[in-house]
Amino acid sequence: MSASLLEVAGVSKTYGEGGSAVRAIAGIDFTVEEGEFVSVVGPSGCGKTTLLKCISGLLAPSGGVSRLRRAPVTEPPAEMALVFQDYARSLFPWLTVERNVALPLRGREDVPDRPAAVRQALEAVGLARFARHYPWQISGGMQQRVAIARALAYQPRILLMDEPFASVDAQTRADLEDLVLRVRERFGMTVLLVTHDIDESVYMADRVVVLSRPPSVVQETHAIDLPSPRDQVATKELPEFAHLRARIYLAIKGAQAAGERRPALASQGGETA
Amino acid sequence: MTRARWRHLALELGVSGALLAAVWVYLSGDHGPAWTSVPSMLDAFRRAWLFDRFASDVVPSLVRLTLGFGVAVLAGVLAGVAIGSSRVVRLLTQPLVSFMRSLPAVSLLPLSLALFGIGTWQKVALIAFVCCWPVMLNTADGIAELHPTLLASVRAYRVRGLDRMRLVLLPALAPRIFAGMRTSLSLAVLLLVTSEMVAASSGIGFFVWQSQLRFSIADMWAGIILLGLLGYALNLGFGAVERRVCDWHLQLRGRKR
Amino acid sequence: MSTMRSGPLDRRIAAPALGALGVLLALAAWELAAWTGLLPANQVPPAGAVLAELARQLDEPAFWHAIGATMSQWAVGMGLTIAIAVPLGLLMGAVEACWRALRPIVEFFRPVPGVALIPLAILIWGLSATSVVFLIVFGSGWNLIVQSMYGAHDVDQGARDTARAFRLTRMQRARWVVLPSALPYVATGLRIAAATALIIAVSGELVIGVSGLGHGIAIAQTAGQTDAMYALILASGALGIAVHVLFSRIERHVLRWHESQRQGRAS
Repeated sequence: MSASLLEVAGVSKTYGEGGSAVRAIAGIDFTVEEGEFVSVVGPSGCGKTTLLKCISGLLAPSGGVSRLRRAPVTEPPAEMALVFQDYARSLFPWLTVERNVALPLRGREDVPDRPAAVRQALEAVGLARFARHYPWQISGGMQQRVAIARALAYQPRILLMDEPFASVDAQTRADLEDLVLRVRERFGMTVLLVTHDIDESVYMADRVVVLSRPPSVVQETHAIDLPSPRDQVATKELPEFAHLRARIYLAIKGAQAAGERRPALASQGGETA
Repeated sequence: MTRARWRHLALELGVSGALLAAVWVYLSGDHGPAWTSVPSMLDAFRRAWLFDRFASDVVPSLVRLTLGFGVAVLAGVLAGVAIGSSRVVRLLTQPLVSFMRSLPAVSLLPLSLALFGIGTWQKVALIAFVCCWPVMLNTADGIAELHPTLLASVRAYRVRGLDRMRLVLLPALAPRIFAGMRTSLSLAVLLLVTSEMVAASSGIGFFVWQSQLRFSIADMWAGIILLGLLGYALNLGFGAVERRVCDWHLQLRGRKR
Repeated sequence: MSTMRSGPLDRRIAAPALGALGVLLALAAWELAAWTGLLPANQVPPAGAVLAELARQLDEPAFWHAIGATMSQWAVGMGLTIAIAVPLGLLMGAVEACWRALRPIVEFFRPVPGVALIPLAILIWGLSATSVVFLIVFGSGWNLIVQSMYGAHDVDQGARDTARAFRLTRMQRARWVVLPSALPYVATGLRIAAATALIIAVSGELVIGVSGLGHGIAIAQTAGQTDAMYALILASGALGIAVHVLFSRIERHVLRWHESQRQGRAS
């Protein structure tokens, strides 16, 4: 059995100390294979963002480890790129779109033709015309596309996305979802997407990981064998889509209900669900 | 719409013009030892600053101001970054920085005379010491206010060292640093002029003071007018540089509203 | 960036404790530097000596006279400045014609450093407190006018439209929309003016020789009483802090009311 690209092993995170400690995640285990698209969903407040930060090395986990190609992740590795929810803050307003995309490449000796990489990335997201614009001169959806272009140009092995489409309107969201799928097809990337949107998680992924209420663990995993390429209309009309969606919805609802029945345990950091 | 524009222009120029004319006429009479006619003020201005006393007074003043302010900004930014980067250091130094920032700066003038005597270095040292605190404080606050997502992006994409300082931190802090510099600049001018009036042998402030002692009223006004022009020029220049460096910030704020 | 992550150690130490520690460390460093000769002994006395002198000064009537003189110049100057600058600025911000007419004058005088007029003040009012008050008004007034002006000018368009929709009269609009909108700007302007007024008061005293803290410091320096000079500098710093804290409180109080409005808009 070949090693997975990304291995999350027993990752847990507790905030604070002593009596006021809050256990956000309590031991998450899953893997992401090369070329897979995995999405992570869960009830609100289940620590999805915390999990992503621990996986990417932005936050040190309290327990467990995440490994990229078998190497433990202690700080953001060079083979990993991130797209954040808050595009306005993750892009640098004093740099043009072009320079924003090019900035992370400055330290990368292994990328042969950096200007070409930048151009290619901008073309892939459809923003070649806006290279000299500033982020605040373009719309929110376009800014998020710049963030995606920046991740692309970085030529990572795996792309991590933290609720990337939560801050844009529904129509733009659909466009961006398709963009990510197209780009992933073209560049053969591995993607880990964290989202609260169930439809999105099913539409985009090969596999969906459902988290429980905090202290969160992996509650269920569902393989998504919907046909590729996905389409906003055709795929969502399939009965299979509706079934998968319903099962995940119920799983999350169940997790929420369980959490409501036993709220005390959740905050004590005691037994997991 | 042009009728409104004519009305605006009439108000802007008309009122000021009328005031200027009134002042001119008023001053052509004799109204006591403090005043003299406008033509004699302008004549004294021409005689002093174009270019007789330019090298002997204007240049020293400008040199003192530039050196003092320059050192203050450099030290302030460096110290501000150092302080702002650590919560412990920031809280430890907070009382000292607050004290220095609230202290009426000119209290230190006699002390600077005792330490450095009369001369250019006294003024440079005084300005440098006093003016670094507003810059330091603003820089440290700026660092504390950097948005977590911005910092996360920097870490995620492994932007480090000089690149991080030059391409991310300094531009992000620039609006704050310029706000601090604005305060420092007006403080610097105040200290320069006060120093030159109290203890100097050259400089624009010195010239104004001496002229008043000698009752050369026209000369005194020539100096005052030049100081006003200096203030105006510094303001203009500073604004131009600020707009250039922080253009993105002004545009961003403009759009947010 | 490791700079923004505070370790567990930091969280446990309270902010005021660190602040107090900072003060102690600074004083200790000063004392040490003076004793080891790092600082010239005749120019910079040790911290202990200065603090002792300050304590002694607190018993001297002359000390309190000096503080009283500085504060009364400051207070009168501030009072006049506020009385003139705030109404004028609000008027300029609210009424277009006023702004057009007066702006060139304000922009013309604004960059002139107040202390440049010290010799002029001496000629008109002599070596008196009145000269200092004039300098304070001139030196801090223009910026307060501009602040108040922006306050009255920057009224939220939504609020304005609402007022017109409810057919409020001009007076009512001024009272219920313009004034409250302008208040935070005015509060900020007051804080800045208060600090400026204090520094100009001390400058004026120093240069002109009017009684007050500034004059006291100058006298102490020429008489070679370095302990007293440093003690008075510390006292002036305390005054500065008092003024700053007072007006910051006022500003924060007013801003708190408005900031919640702003936060609502931003999110």
